[in-house]
Amino acid sequence: MRYVDGFRLPGAAKALTQELARLGDALGPRRVKLMEVCGSHTMAIARYGLKDLLPANVRLVSGPGCPVCVTDPGYVDAALALAERGAALATFGDMLRVPGSRGSLADARAAGADVRVFYSPVQALEWAEAEPDQAWVVLAVGFETTAAPLAALALEIRRRGLGNVTLLTATKTVPPALDALVADPALAIDGFLCPAHVSAIIGARAYLPYAEEHGRACVVAGFEPLDVLYGVKGLLEQLVAGVARVDNQYERVVRWEGNPAAQRAIARVFVPVDAPWRGLGVVPASGLALGPGLADLDASVRFERPVTAGRVNPACRCGDVLKGVIEPAECRLFGAPCVPERPLGPCMVSSEGSCAAAWRYSGRGAR
Amino acid sequence: MCLAVPMTVVELTPDGGGVVELEGVRRSVRLDLLDDPQVGDVVIVHAGFAIETLDAAEAEARMALFARLAATYERELGGPVTLAAPPSRDGEG
Ligand code: SF4
Repeated sequence: MRYVDGFRLPGAAKALTQELARLGDALGPRRVKLMEVCGSHTMAIARYGLKDLLPANVRLVSGPGCPVCVTDPGYVDAALALAERGAALATFGDMLRVPGSRGSLADARAAGADVRVFYSPVQALEWAEAEPDQAWVVLAVGFETTAAPLAALALEIRRRGLGNVTLLTATKTVPPALDALVADPALAIDGFLCPAHVSAIIGARAYLPYAEEHGRACVVAGFEPLDVLYGVKGLLEQLVAGVARVDNQYERVVRWEGNPAAQRAIARVFVPVDAPWRGLGVVPASGLALGPGLADLDASVRFERPVTAGRVNPACRCGDVLKGVIEPAECRLFGAPCVPERPLGPCMVSSEGSCAAAWRYSGRGAR
Repeated sequence: MCLAVPMTVVELTPDGGGVVELEGVRRSVRLDLLDDPQVGDVVIVHAGFAIETLDAAEAEARMALFARLAATYERELGGPVTLAAPPSRDGEG
């Protein structure tokens, strides 16, 4: 049996569905709201239609867990401004179609800008070494899972003594966003399905405050379908028992303390800064900027083009989608005219975006 | 952006990199984010970097748990069941 098959057994999914129904009954008349914080969970939930397997009184909503979706359009504007000044941009592919205030990276590329897509940011160093007279800017977007590789990249730029590569950072950390979510009483989230690979970096212990101080059930889960169902089962068990704690159900990858080498790399390279999130506004200490001593690697310093707030499409309800206030289909632009090929908002761009995930699998009648 | 599928380290290179393999496919990978990586480690790769090692015993235990759930269910229902991923609009999934 292949590794992944062990986490996709149909019979086990059925058994867990029965167990979820039993727990739904045990909640009685209570309706509960759970949030999956991670975009990869959103994708798995949409792909396998897992929302259809939940009891009627359990709602599972998406959170701000897709890095490109929460990126402010002003970031795209800043990247485009650097391209206009002659920089070649190196980026993860899912940034390409994210709308800025006046167009996307894909639009700029079609108009002649040098925008190249990497699978790993290390590729950008190869390009920069091959073209030493060209200024290269790496678009540094992502949560802790990506921040750690980007930190290692910054250290590698130093080690190789490359003078023609800088980073434009909109890197973010997840716990401050959770702080913002639990501080908003209107959202009333009963439990968090905590991210899988962000947690591999920061450790399951990072969620202790949400359980102990805020009384929210927390389960760290992997993103195979059975992992998700088992994680939801764990959340409902806590809610039925009236307890709140951190359960690590992804122990095969996530340690309680996280990955110390990755944490050290992040701490060596980045410092926390206040950062804008779509839907959440400016969240204190939620961004990662290059620390003192690395300012020469900071594209916004080198090109004297700070990232300022951009203009969002006022009709796009991505901000509400990212807080679990509405389902994607409740946006009146969903599907027409907003589709992944011509996204009007960032939630329709990345495969991890809630709108894109809902759209791709909406043929099966997902809720 | 996250690949959930673990890959096995088959080679370490002197510059902090290495080679990982899955089902015969080899890829180079950075190992800077692991303390003391070893050939034979099974790792989770994200954006070209190994971000954590897989605990094989935990993975086995979880698969055994799911297999037990499936077996119990199928015994009670009297046959295997299928739960296929639905087709996606772009034919990926
Ligand atoms: S469907 Fe499109 S316009 Fe509506 S919230 Fe989602 S991304 Fe924004």
